[in-house]
Amino acid sequence: MSQTEQSQTERGKTPGRLARAWDSDIAWSFRHSPVAIVAGAVSVLIILAAIFAPLIAPHDPFNPATLNLMDGFTPPMEPNAFTGNVYWLGTDNQGRDVFSTILYGARISLFVGFAAVILAMVLGIAAGLVAGYRGGWVDGLLMRFADVQLTFPSILLALLIFGIARGFIPPAYREEMAIWVLIVAIGLSDWVQYARVVRGATMVEKNKEYVQAAKVIGAHPAKIVLRHILPNVLGPVLVIATIGLALAIIAEATLSFLGVGVPPTQPSLGTLIRIGQGFLFSGEWWILLFPSITLLALALSVNLLGDWLRDALNPRLR
Amino acid sequence: MVDTVLQVEGLTRTFDVSKPWLNRVLERDHKQFLTAVDNVTFGIERGETFALVGESGSGKSTIAKLIVGLLKPSRGTIAFDGQPMSFESGTAMRNLRRRFQMIFQDPFASLNPRWRVGEIIAEPIRTFGLASGADVHREVARLLEVVGLSATDAGKFPHEFSGGQRQRIAIARALSSKPEFIVCDEPTSALDVSVQAQILNLMRDLQDEFGLTYLLISHDLSVVRHMANRIGVLYLGRIVEVADSKRLFTDPQHPYTRMLLDAVPDLALSGRRRTPVTGEIPNPINPPSGCTFHPRCPHVMDICRGDPPAQTPTATGAAACYLLTEPVGS
Amino acid sequence: MAEIPLLSVRNLVVEFPSRRGTLRAIDDVSFDIAEGEVLGMVGESGAGKSLTGAAIIGLLEPPGRIAGGEILLRGERIDNLAAEPMRRIRGKRIGMVFQDPLTSLNPLYTVAEQLIETIRTHISCTERVARERAIALLDRVGIPAARRRIDDYPHHFSGGMRQRVVIALALAAEPDLVIADEPTTALDVSVQAQIIDVLKEICAERGASVMLITHDMGVIAETADRVAVLYAGRLAEIGPVRDVIQAAEHPYTQGLMGSIPTLTQTDTRLVQIPGSMPRLDAIPKGCPFNPRCPHVMDRCRHDRPVLIARGSKREVACWLYEAVREEVHHG
Repeated sequence: MSQTEQSQTERGKTPGRLARAWDSDIAWSFRHSPVAIVAGAVSVLIILAAIFAPLIAPHDPFNPATLNLMDGFTPPMEPNAFTGNVYWLGTDNQGRDVFSTILYGARISLFVGFAAVILAMVLGIAAGLVAGYRGGWVDGLLMRFADVQLTFPSILLALLIFGIARGFIPPAYREEMAIWVLIVAIGLSDWVQYARVVRGATMVEKNKEYVQAAKVIGAHPAKIVLRHILPNVLGPVLVIATIGLALAIIAEATLSFLGVGVPPTQPSLGTLIRIGQGFLFSGEWWILLFPSITLLALALSVNLLGDWLRDALNPRLR
Repeated sequence: MVDTVLQVEGLTRTFDVSKPWLNRVLERDHKQFLTAVDNVTFGIERGETFALVGESGSGKSTIAKLIVGLLKPSRGTIAFDGQPMSFESGTAMRNLRRRFQMIFQDPFASLNPRWRVGEIIAEPIRTFGLASGADVHREVARLLEVVGLSATDAGKFPHEFSGGQRQRIAIARALSSKPEFIVCDEPTSALDVSVQAQILNLMRDLQDEFGLTYLLISHDLSVVRHMANRIGVLYLGRIVEVADSKRLFTDPQHPYTRMLLDAVPDLALSGRRRTPVTGEIPNPINPPSGCTFHPRCPHVMDICRGDPPAQTPTATGAAACYLLTEPVGS
Repeated sequence: MAEIPLLSVRNLVVEFPSRRGTLRAIDDVSFDIAEGEVLGMVGESGAGKSLTGAAIIGLLEPPGRIAGGEILLRGERIDNLAAEPMRRIRGKRIGMVFQDPLTSLNPLYTVAEQLIETIRTHISCTERVARERAIALLDRVGIPAARRRIDDYPHHFSGGMRQRVVIALALAAEPDLVIADEPTTALDVSVQAQIIDVLKEICAERGASVMLITHDMGVIAETADRVAVLYAGRLAEIGPVRDVIQAAEHPYTQGLMGSIPTLTQTDTRLVQIPGSMPRLDAIPKGCPFNPRCPHVMDRCRHDRPVLIARGSKREVACWLYEAVREEVHHG
């Protein structure tokens, strides 16, 4: 060739993956947002505590052998009147350590939340990609269906799905299937927002020239959608998924609070709150208060993280 | 002997620009159609650069998309090397596809931002099964050097490059399937002039080296003058004049061509007196009758408002104007 | 003592604080615009030409800010004015024409409403008088049947007609200076020439000076009296249009001129400047053009060239001409 353009981006050797990640705009924005740092720290703390609950928890609240009814209703940081045992956050009516139940409860809440979000995400992304790329009647059908679903409050929808599912499951399996039913119920009630966002982004991306370039060489539509378009529409999905995680945790708590969620033998944060509210007026406030604070801290910090992520990914706000 | 690479016959494309069905019923409107390309015929010979020049609404980009199969023609045929193009899949069409490529206008949109440069250039190689394994990387490295970049750039992402460098990457991708014919849709209109010069020079070098045939789509007459052997001038979806590049600029036959030439700013400061250009391009949904240029034409005659003029042969091509067939002053 | 120029930009510095330190988008740029003069400001994207215009009219987008130098309108500083007095200067004394006519017109008001409001904000007169003035203005910028069309909304006009309305709006308060930022870039070739003609004629008629910002040398050649060439936020060359276009002195301007394909030249290769303009965070030391310059000398890599006077009207920021001047001195 007659001439070569020195590529100006070449400055010594390329830094490693980790260094580049640290230097990226998103990491920089995180380091400079106190809200994001605090929210991130709280989220990570609760998630880690939940994952390692069996190692951290001083008691196993679900092993009847280790429970002593005499320990019931112990206030926080005070020795029990009969046994002299001290519990950081007190115990409930059955003598279960509240701190340990919170750790195990958060575990279930988070599991349900993550699983429901993943389900909703997979369904929503698939529907959004198909509707956005194909357009026409496929788009019309999927989106009208989504519109109809949106007219129902999602908690009502989850209740409905939960009720129908229980009707099909033999009573013997109901308790162990409850958690899966819950995941499906929340996941199915949440897919619409993913579908809408992905559809919109897909309609923008499919007209871009890089997609046309792939069409010119006759690339298969499935390949165009999955390899070209999908990676470019995931940004906004990540934002909704983060905020969706907070919403799913709350939805799970709401359903469990209403008594249609996970059974009391495997209590989630919502179940704990339902149990605790029965004791609020008899003076045992801690049974309600500490699970509630945990739920609030978890949902709020995940939500704040989602808000920050949305702003950080939006170039117009920078 | 004339070796025609691409032959376009009576190419027509209409778009349905009607309002939604419910609005039409309520407002008692009819369906509306926009004829973006209207009965266009031209041929491109092997090794030449044929340019289509026109302003907005002239249909030049629609023609580019029709030729590479991004749009289906409403009427007319496109033949590549004597074989009619049918964009339904098939082995024959797959083989044809390898032989033509396209370079797009916007180098910021034509490269997938999530793909590494090496993957972008390798995509046609893999799709057409031209190489496999380590050969792909070798070929990508070679192509990067052909377009004036470095082989190490394959590992980078598009956002690490300037506009001109990205257009080089897009050219490398277009070359990777070893095509004979490349459709260049406004390849430099998003670039600064000094970078435009680099890209135009590169395109010429590549043409000499690989014997490429170009269809150049542009609104910029000076770019077209610099690059093309033959030029077709489009106005509202129709070809108004085709001529050899030199001839078109020294002896334009159609009044619209003359007007376009007059509108080009005079860098030489020759003090050339320009005929003032008048009017604007009409709405293509509802174009004027007969010769669509007649409302802006300084030589308009009664006959121009009737039927559209046919192509009349000129010294090196053809022009569609009644001035060439009717006695002036009638 | 020379008379005071209409607009005087002295050592202007515009900076953008960013996470990687402060970026200098405009670095020590000085120029004057005389009464009635058309100054072209040309440069490639990122050269800082639009920012210069925005700095003059006080519309720099935060976090961008003027970090040094002064801007004087008829000898009075306007770069440090508060928002309210600056707003009065915009429109009244400095009119603006932007690239996209749609962004300068409010789609919710008719052309008449917008023109009359502008006229009455800056000139005290009755609604009726303002309306007549507005019609006369539209007529002057070449809107056919102005009296009828004045009550139309902006979307009723075509792109070229809209830009004519914007020109009318910019001139409604009879400003001393019109800043036109890429006024023809969004328009078709055949319409561009018409708009340039209108802008040039109407400003000449009213004695308004024009600062024409564009990337298109052709537009400058047809319109401007003098031209300033910007490169990487610095002035490379400034002088009368004819001199700069026909005998450019700065190697960047020379390359730029050679890289433009013209209708008259044929099969020759275009001159090309290797590489591309540096990004703001990687402007080379010394002369910003030195890595791309065919005449680069040792000195260019260390010392930033100052503007060197070439004749009475021309200045070039290039060390090549310092040598010439020294030789003259010695001889």
